[in-house]
Amino acid sequence: MFKIVSREVVGPNLISLRIYAPQIAESARAGQFVIFRIDEFGERVPLTIAGADAQTGLVRIIFQTIGKTTFKLALLNAGDCIRDFAGPFGTPTEIKKYGVVAAVAGGVGAAEVLPVINALKQSENKVIAITGARCKDLLILEEEIKAASDEFLVSTNDGSCGVRGIVTDVLKNVFNSQKIDMVYAIGPVPMMQAVADITKEKNIKTLVSLNPIMVDGTGMCGSCRVTVGGKTKFVCVDGPEFDGHLINWNELISRLALFKDAEKTALEEFKKSGQHHPECKCRQE
Amino acid sequence: MPPRIKMPERAPDIRNKDFKQVNTGYTAEESVAEAKRCLQCPNSSCVKGCPVEINIPGFIKKLAEGNAPAAIEILKEKNNLPAVCGRVCPQETQCEKHCILAKKGESIAIGNLERYAADFKLQSLPHCSGEAAKAEKNSQFSTLNSKLPLKVAVVGSGPAGLACAGDLAKLGYDVTVFESLHDTGGVLRYGIPEFRLPKKVLDSEIDYLKNLGVRFVLNTLIGRTKTVKRLFDEGYKAVFVGVGAGLPIFLGVEGENLNHVYSANEFLVRVNLMRAYEFPKYDTPVYKGKNVVVVGGGNTAMDSARTALRLGAQSVKLVYRRSENEMPARLEERIHAKEEGVEFITLTNPVKFIAGQNRCVAGAECVKMELGEPDASGRRRPKKIENSNFIIESDMVVLALGLNPNPVLASLTDGLNTDKDGYIEIDENFMTSLNGVFAGGDIAGGDTVIQAMGMGKKSAKNIHEYLQRFL
Ligand SMILES: Cc1cc2nc3c(=O)[nH]c(=O)nc-3n(C[C@H](O)[C@H](O)[C@H](O)COP(=O)(O)OP(=O)(O)OC[C@H]3O[C@@H](n4cnc5c(N)ncnc54)[C@H](O)[C@@H]3O)c2cc1C
Ligand SMILES: Cc1cc2nc3c(=O)[nH]c(=O)nc-3n(C[C@H](O)[C@H](O)[C@H](O)COP(=O)(O)OP(=O)(O)OC[C@H]3O[C@@H](n4cnc5c(N)ncnc54)[C@H](O)[C@@H]3O)c2cc1C
Ligand code: SF4
Ligand code: FES
Repeated sequence: MFKIVSREVVGPNLISLRIYAPQIAESARAGQFVIFRIDEFGERVPLTIAGADAQTGLVRIIFQTIGKTTFKLALLNAGDCIRDFAGPFGTPTEIKKYGVVAAVAGGVGAAEVLPVINALKQSENKVIAITGARCKDLLILEEEIKAASDEFLVSTNDGSCGVRGIVTDVLKNVFNSQKIDMVYAIGPVPMMQAVADITKEKNIKTLVSLNPIMVDGTGMCGSCRVTVGGKTKFVCVDGPEFDGHLINWNELISRLALFKDAEKTALEEFKKSGQHHPECKCRQE
Repeated sequence: MPPRIKMPERAPDIRNKDFKQVNTGYTAEESVAEAKRCLQCPNSSCVKGCPVEINIPGFIKKLAEGNAPAAIEILKEKNNLPAVCGRVCPQETQCEKHCILAKKGESIAIGNLERYAADFKLQSLPHCSGEAAKAEKNSQFSTLNSKLPLKVAVVGSGPAGLACAGDLAKLGYDVTVFESLHDTGGVLRYGIPEFRLPKKVLDSEIDYLKNLGVRFVLNTLIGRTKTVKRLFDEGYKAVFVGVGAGLPIFLGVEGENLNHVYSANEFLVRVNLMRAYEFPKYDTPVYKGKNVVVVGGGNTAMDSARTALRLGAQSVKLVYRRSENEMPARLEERIHAKEEGVEFITLTNPVKFIAGQNRCVAGAECVKMELGEPDASGRRRPKKIENSNFIIESDMVVLALGLNPNPVLASLTDGLNTDKDGYIEIDENFMTSLNGVFAGGDIAGGDTVIQAMGMGKKSAKNIHEYLQRFL
């Protein structure tokens, strides 16, 4: 059993938990993830490690409620326990001195990018953080990201904060004003794909953090396989980060839809139990 | 000589719809009758066919006398998991093949008898395993000269790790098993289905180990959560690595990553470990194919095919590139699979998977094969027949092409040598290239449950010898 020590709502449908798991907290590196299971009926679900503190033994996860498991997790409070919490899994981000790095994050990726920014800073990189969301209400962790990076730029689809548009619009502006040595992108697949497309034209090294459907997370099942440069890779052990210019994006997108119907059934059954989840304003419009 | 007594089993068209056990087990009378057929050969050849050299005539004699508790004691001398092995060992290529009566095609049903004895113990005395374990432990402790039990770490809770942990605990060591998944047992839990090996059989074997004092630490991937070096820093004096062959092999053909093309490992893990057949009570989904193609000819392929049937498939076709004679699966599984309605399409190999709507698989393009010269394993090498391509329509493909050694631990442990195929190298004492680190089971070249157990036991013996220097 793993105890939830604190819980915070960091945005609409976005929750941050700190979980006591000293062994993971001690071993975690930027870019790695955990797999958790709420109870004996639960699915094994991967979440990026959004922070780890070896001193206190706490591991931070930040997640978006989108399906049954994440809704169930959102109902838990400080003091509650979850059954399984395993990790750190995956190969840590390759951290070295690149020079100037643009770290681009969309949606919940803003949470996942924090440890990477911190590690890049420690290796003496200049980090320009770019985050995007549909509207101002959905922007998360602005203060933390701002504090961690050298420059902090924002885009919103409706222009309610920062540049009106998407993160790639901001990225293009950045390219016009300075030389970028590496781009790191994390977030929804279409966003990472769009970033990789424009950095390819400019021939800038680009790392993307992939999020396929996983089961074990230890390289045993092949559920998470993606094609990278024509070769099959297991994201949970070979990744989750890969060269963004080599990914077969269409395959990844279709594989993510694999269990759509089953997931819908699970969520509907769960919602019948009477949970109400308010969404942000822009979605209702 | 009376004929061999057949294992009672449920009717194929009933059992292929649920996950309950296929074989129901001998009755007391049947076990005695079958045991009495044994000739009690003085130079018993069956024992030579057993990888752990169980005293086969010895335990059968006790069963013939109607003394199952005594039979189980004899089994347990060599085999920590008789209830498992009685169910899953390929007896027809091991002990039963060497039985003197096999020449007439009527070998003693050694596996069935082993299972009877083990089940008798589990069923008749539900609390016995715990009590027996404690008694056994106390008697063993008194023989130990050490006052301070040394700590040993076992990595992986498959049959190799379990056997090693059990023997070390009996010797009085302080044993901790680290497992990366959220449950114990390795392939015994996530691979072999409930209808062949009920999980409660496995649970009681594991309870027995817990009562011996073995600690299980789950959710711990050695190499990532903590390293092998760290284990030594924490005071473990020896480490046994039994991480198995967990890396699924893919064919490398076009269309292999289409939706609803699964590795057998993924399919079986979803169904067995995650209980997807009880979705949505259990959260993990599994796709229920209508026309399923399973590629392969081993136990994994049979398990996948029979599982697909139980999930409601209308047709399940097993595609194998050699002929049925060369199939590595246990004979019994092949017979059961066919009885249940799995169609065998042999001398056939997929060359491509065809995409339908939404990048879901719609069929397997196959070629016909013929058998050529024997290869290194002695099996005739299959060759493709040109222009023999044809298509099998299918909405779900399961690839059961075998497993490579799990690379994770070795790749994260400096100085731990593997051979060119990725197996961890061990010397004649089961020690790896790292001092105090031992290995056994599939990761060191084993291939069956009983081999894994045998290697785990031999490692335990060698670890015991190695640890004398610390006493
Ligand atoms: C390495 C990795 C790190 C991740 N880190 C985070 C994180 O830090 N925060 C966060 O909110 N989410 C993260 N995800 C995604 C997260 O795992 C999924 O949101 C989660 O599995 C959804 O589970 P569910 O039962 O709530 O929803 P489900 O009912 O399982 O899924 C609902 C929807 O989400 C999609 N989906 C299902 N599984 C995944 C998946 N593994 N990844 C992406 N989409 C999926 C489905 O297509 C479906 O439409 C990560 C995924 C991976 C592989
Ligand atoms: C579907 C299927 C059916 C089979 N049927 C039969 C049969 O009928 N008869 C037979 O004799 N054999 C059968 N086999 C083969 C048999 O199961 C294996 O030979 C045997 O399980 C190997 O045992 P093991 O202990 O070496 O490894 P495994 O059983 O593979 O166990 C290894 C364990 O180690 C864990 N692990 C891996 N890496 C780490 C790490 N770094 N840290 C911590 N833990 C880790 C894994 O999660 C796993 O639990 C079958 C195999 C499969 C896949
Ligand atoms: S070889 Fe057959 S008949 Fe002889 S002792 Fe062994 S099981 Fe009995
Ligand atoms: S999740 Fe199973 S291999 Fe990656």
